Amino acid sequence: MQQSGSMQPEAEPTPPQVQQAGRDETSALLASLPMDTVNHWLREMMLIREFEVRTMQAYQDKKIGGFCHIYIGQEAVAVGTIAAITPEDPVVTAYRDHGHALARGMDPKYCMAEMYGRIGGCAKGKGGSMHMFDKANNFFGGHGIVGAQCPLGAGLAFATKYRDEVINKERSKHVTLCFLGDGALNQGAVHEAKNLAGLLDLPVIYIVENNGYSMGTAISRGTTVGHEITRKADAYGIESAVIDGLDVLSVYRDMKPLVEHCRQTSRPAFVDMRTYRFKGHSMSDPRKYRTKDEEAQYELLDPIARLSKAMINNQMLTDERFKQIGKEVRQEVREAIKWSVASKPPGKDELYKDVYVEKWGPYTGTSLPEMLGGDES
Amino acid sequence: MANLTLVQAINLALVQEMEKDDRVIILGEDVGLNGGVFRVTEGLHKRFGGDRVVDSPLAESGIIGTSVGLAMAGLRPVPEIQFEGFLGPAYDQICTHAARMRTRTRGALTVPMTIRVPVGGGIHAPELHSDSPESIYTHTPGLKVVMPASPYDAKGLLISAIRDPDPVIYFEPKRIYRAFREEVPEDEYTIPIGKARVVAEGEEMTVISWGASVVQCMSAIEKSDRSIELIDLRTISPIDMETIETSVKKTGRVVIVHEAPKTCGVGAELSARIMEHCFLYLEAPVQRVTGFDTIMPYYKLELEYLPDTERISKAIDEVAVY
Ligand SMILES: Cc1ncc(C[n+]2csc(CCOP(=O)(O)OP(=O)(O)O)c2C)c(N)n1
Ligand SMILES: [Mg+2]
Repeated sequence: MQQSGSMQPEAEPTPPQVQQAGRDETSALLASLPMDTVNHWLREMMLIREFEVRTMQAYQDKKIGGFCHIYIGQEAVAVGTIAAITPEDPVVTAYRDHGHALARGMDPKYCMAEMYGRIGGCAKGKGGSMHMFDKANNFFGGHGIVGAQCPLGAGLAFATKYRDEVINKERSKHVTLCFLGDGALNQGAVHEAKNLAGLLDLPVIYIVENNGYSMGTAISRGTTVGHEITRKADAYGIESAVIDGLDVLSVYRDMKPLVEHCRQTSRPAFVDMRTYRFKGHSMSDPRKYRTKDEEAQYELLDPIARLSKAMINNQMLTDERFKQIGKEVRQEVREAIKWSVASKPPGKDELYKDVYVEKWGPYTGTSLPEMLGGDES
Repeated sequence: MANLTLVQAINLALVQEMEKDDRVIILGEDVGLNGGVFRVTEGLHKRFGGDRVVDSPLAESGIIGTSVGLAMAGLRPVPEIQFEGFLGPAYDQICTHAARMRTRTRGALTVPMTIRVPVGGGIHAPELHSDSPESIYTHTPGLKVVMPASPYDAKGLLISAIRDPDPVIYFEPKRIYRAFREEVPEDEYTIPIGKARVVAEGEEMTVISWGASVVQCMSAIEKSDRSIELIDLRTISPIDMETIETSVKKTGRVVIVHEAPKTCGVGAELSARIMEHCFLYLEAPVQRVTGFDTIMPYYKLELEYLPDTERISKAIDEVAVY
C-alpha cells in the first residue's frame, strides 16, 4: 500500500513557505503605521519570547509540571492577528496558548502563576499551561482537546451576532478569532464547525497556525492537500487567505481587511497562517522528525529579528532602544515569576471548589480567581 | 526471560503478535516513525513497515471508526489513543459501533479490536491527561476492559486482548510505565481476560484494586501488620466475581481502591456485588478509597487527589476494627 492520498505535488521537505514581503514593501508598510503601534508589537513579541524562554527554564527546573507547549517562533501570529480586532471581539484557541493570552492583554503574572500551579493563576493553579483564560479581555481559553475549540469559536460568533442583531437590534458588529493548528484540521469537530459557520453566516475567522507539524507528523504525512489547505475552506463556501505568519507586518496588513470584511458581511473566513514552531512540540520532544537544516532555515525568518531589523533600517528603532525593551520585558517576566512564587499552591479545599455554582454535598461552590476580583489569594 | 518495564512488555507483546498474525495492525497518532508519545510502539514501524504500523492523522473518531471497519472485515486492529482524555472524540465509534456490532448483527459481524490507551494520573499532567474513565466503558455492554498493573500481566493480557473476538479497551497505567521492572518471559503466554490475580494472600481483609493503585496498596499492606489479601482485578469488565467471592467469604472485610472518582466508579459496582453475593459473610461495611468526584487538578493537588498509602492504611485500620 502506498500512502499517496496526501496529493502533494512533490514531496516537500520543509513545511510550505509563503512569499515574503520584500524590503521596499516592508518599508512602505512601516511608514504607513503609527510608530507607537509598531513599537508596541515589537515589545509584545519580545515579551512573549522572554516569557516562553523563562517558562522553558522553569519547566526544566521542575517548577512547572505536566505538558508545556511553547510559542516561540509563532509570536507574530498572535500579536498581528489580535492587533486587527477590537477588545470586544472574542478569541479562543487550544493548548499552545500563552502567546494569545499575553497578546490579548493578560497580565503575565496570572499566566505564569497558572503554570507554577499557584492560586493566583488565571485558573487558580488548577489548570496549568493549556488552560489560560482571561474573560475580562474576551479570551476564552486555552483548551486541551485538539480541534474541539473550533465549534466553540462558532458558538462565540453566533452569540455576538445574536446579541447584536436579535437582542440589540443592531447590525452584527463583532468578529471572533478561533485559532487552531494544522494537525487540528483533521479533527471532525473542525469540519462540523466550518460547515455551521458557513451555513449560519457566523462571523468567525479560523486561523490555522500552520507550523507544518502535528507533533511529529509533517503536514504532508497527515493531511490531504496539505500544500493548499485553503481548499478546505472552499468546500464550505468560506473565504480564505494565505498569510506569512512569520512577519507581524504582513499578518496585520492581511488580517485587518479580512477582519473588516467579516465584520461587514457577518461571514466566516479561514486563514492559512504559515509559521513555524522553533522549539519542540512540547517540552519533551527530541525533534527527530525534522532536520537541523530546516530549523536553521526558519530561524533566519525569526519574526522578532525581522521586525527589529526592519525598524532599525527605517530609523524607527535604535540598537539601544531595542536593548532597553529587552531589559524591560525581562524585568516584567522576572516580576511575574516573583509574584507567582509568592502565591500559594491551591489548598486541599480547592479540590471541591468551582465544580458547581452552589454548595451541596462535598461541593463548596465557586470562587473566582484573583484576576477576576475573586477573593482567592 | 528479560527484566522489562511495563512499556517494554507491551512492546514485546505487540511485536510477537504481529510476527505471528499478519491480520494485526497498528494505527495511531505518531505511533510509527516516532514510536508513540510514550514510546510504546518504538521500533515497530521499522520492523513491520508503514502498511502495518500506520501513522494516522490527528483524528480519534477516524482512528477508532476505521479500526472498527477493519475489524468487521476480519483484521485485528490495535489502535492507540494517546491519552484517555482523547477517547472523547472517539466515544461515539466505541460505544455506538464497536460495543454493539455483535448484538446488532446477531453475531454475523464482530469487532476484534484492541484500543490501547494510557490512563490515570501521577505524571503531573492536567485534566484529560490524568483521568481514569474506566467505569464509563465498564458501563457499556459489549466492551471488555482490562488494566494491567505489572509488566508480566501487561504482556499476557495484551496478547489475550488482541486475540479476543470482541472489542477490548486496554488501559495502560502511565504512572507505572517505567516505575519498575519485572521478569517477563520471551515465550508466549496469555493472561486470561476476566481473571483477577491474588497478589498477596491474607486472612483478615480483602483489598481490591487495579492499575497503578495496586502499587500503592502493596506498600500500605507492607506497612500493616495485619494479614491482608490483595486482589488485582486486571480485568475490569467482565469482573471476576469468583475470585472476589472466595476471598471475601474468607476475610469478611473489604477495602476497594481506585483512582477514578467515587460516584459510579467501578468500586460502587464491586461493593454492590459483594453485598449481593457475600452479605452474610461481611463483618464491616465495604470501604472505598478513591479519587474525588471532581476534575483532576493540575499537579500541586494531584497527590491529594490520588489514593495514597496513607489514605489506604487509614481505611484498612478502620475496616479492621469496625
Ligand atoms: C483530541 C486530541 N488528540 C490528541 C491530542 C494530543 N496532541 C496535542 S497537540 C497535538 C498535535 C497538534 O498539532 P497542531 O494542530 O498542528 O498544533 P501545533 O501543536 O502544531 O500547535 C496532539 C496530537 C490532543 N491534545 N487532543
Ligand atoms: Mg502544527
